[in-house]
Amino acid sequence: MSDTGVAGNVLDVEKIRKDFPILSQSVRGKPLIYLDNAATTHKPISVIERVRNFDAEKYGTVRRGTYKLSEHATQLYEEVRQKVADFMGAEKKGEIVFTSGTTQAINLVAHSFGKRFVNEGDEIVISNIEHHANIVPWQVLCEERGAKLKVIPVDDDGELVMEEYEKLLSPKTRMVAVNHVSNALGTINPIKEITQKAHAVGARVLIDGAQSTPHIKLDVRDIDCDFYTFSGHKMYGPSGIGGVYGKMELWEEMPPYVTGGDMIMQVTLEKTTYAKPPARFEAGTPPITQVMGLGAAIDYLNEIGMDKIADYENSLLEYGTRLFKEIEGVRIIGNARRKASIISFFSDSAHPHDMVHFLDQDGIACRGGHHCAQPTMIRYGVPATTRASMAFYNKPEELDALAESVQKCIRIFS
Amino acid sequence: MSYNNELYQQVILDHNRKPRNFHAIENASHSCHGINPLCGDDITVYLNVDEEAGKIDEVSFQGSGCAISKASTSMMTTFLKGKSVDEARQIKDEFHKMILGEMDPEKEEHHLGKLTLFMGIREFPSRTKCASLAWHTLVGALDKKFDGVSTE
Repeated sequence: MSDTGVAGNVLDVEKIRKDFPILSQSVRGKPLIYLDNAATTHKPISVIERVRNFDAEKYGTVRRGTYKLSEHATQLYEEVRQKVADFMGAEKKGEIVFTSGTTQAINLVAHSFGKRFVNEGDEIVISNIEHHANIVPWQVLCEERGAKLKVIPVDDDGELVMEEYEKLLSPKTRMVAVNHVSNALGTINPIKEITQKAHAVGARVLIDGAQSTPHIKLDVRDIDCDFYTFSGHKMYGPSGIGGVYGKMELWEEMPPYVTGGDMIMQVTLEKTTYAKPPARFEAGTPPITQVMGLGAAIDYLNEIGMDKIADYENSLLEYGTRLFKEIEGVRIIGNARRKASIISFFSDSAHPHDMVHFLDQDGIACRGGHHCAQPTMIRYGVPATTRASMAFYNKPEELDALAESVQKCIRIFS
Repeated sequence: MSYNNELYQQVILDHNRKPRNFHAIENASHSCHGINPLCGDDITVYLNVDEEAGKIDEVSFQGSGCAISKASTSMMTTFLKGKSVDEARQIKDEFHKMILGEMDPEKEEHHLGKLTLFMGIREFPSRTKCASLAWHTLVGALDKKFDGVSTE
């Protein structure tokens, strides 16, 4: 342990930083300090090279060509599906459906599951601290099907009120959709308990894993959730690729969402029969190159080890939280007992948009805004927050610089 | 902090701390609610317009937002009092062109006066909407847009 308490013995962060070419640049004459990892993460050279090599030497269409290039690309594509399944702890690789990311993944489930299983008078449960991507698709579904949306409240620290959650559940509940980690607060939700309680009344569970996948070792079978979504660009892979794990028994029952080529068994002009999952849910030519990049990102994460990543990021979070608790005029929004490496904060003197502008002058990339989680902002009575979200390539010194820059900004606006 | 002087000048910081005309006008002849959905800036602009003379007698605002949006609205209210509706619209157009970098107030003729303080915005494209919200809302009020306006 260094004197910052950050677990330098767990990870060699200087060595890791060399894997990320973008991190060595300067912004406005200062070394880049990248603390917007909850929005998107950067790519290690292994991802960049895998993508380049694939495009340069191996690119071909998948699942349709009957020549060597296409057959090989198909094989590599399906290998990544297996890699994702192993990474998430799924039983079968066919339980992984590729989408463009979490937003599309949730829309897919809301539409397809909703069409098959949600009827008038049924209920969907979400929480007060969801990303808009896990609110709006369910609102739209409820409107279309005449179902009702119920919301799990959250306490002042950012933890879901589990007693209230239990009261919301009933035999009318069809789906409980919550995030594993809140993107605005960092709260890690008790998804295993949430799943058990939902299953007890016969409801299904979707976990929005956009924020958790890059930080927490996953085991979807242990969680026992029915769906679990992820985004490639938040786990050091390319944008435009992500997906959703779903239990095969459910996928098999569900109708297609997007229709077209590659998701069919047979098409005549009168009638179409659909392919089995996962192909049924992957109409059209998929983002083939991006899938290769996702595979490389998972290889990279596995090489470091998700347990080590979690340990290191936890110690960064603890260090950063200590620093921010000492800054006068700043309060941390979200103080759950279990948190991922996100510090969301608010100052009465400097609005988050002014704050991030000043941080940017010091080369620090932070997000200021409502983080696509307006109901969360309303709950805590703030228009927006400034959010520092850390990855395993961040150093404690970068948090020192952030704290200093924040203090400087508050002095100017006070 | 010299690198920030261009944008966050003392006058702007001062209007942020102590916004002028920061109140509602009861029975205003015109008003409009404006939001910047990207940032969450949220203001209401109130006007009392002398319709016959085509003159703005009173102008005020309420709301919340970043320093740029607050200072921009505050300075707009002090600047417009007593101006004609036509002048207000013209100033809005000039202001807009200035912050987008389409008009250089140091080289071209304009009627912006102290509002040229916001010239630095053109270096920060992500902040133009913070500065323009006030003016969009003003025009919304003059045009009687009862549903409000949005910068998106």
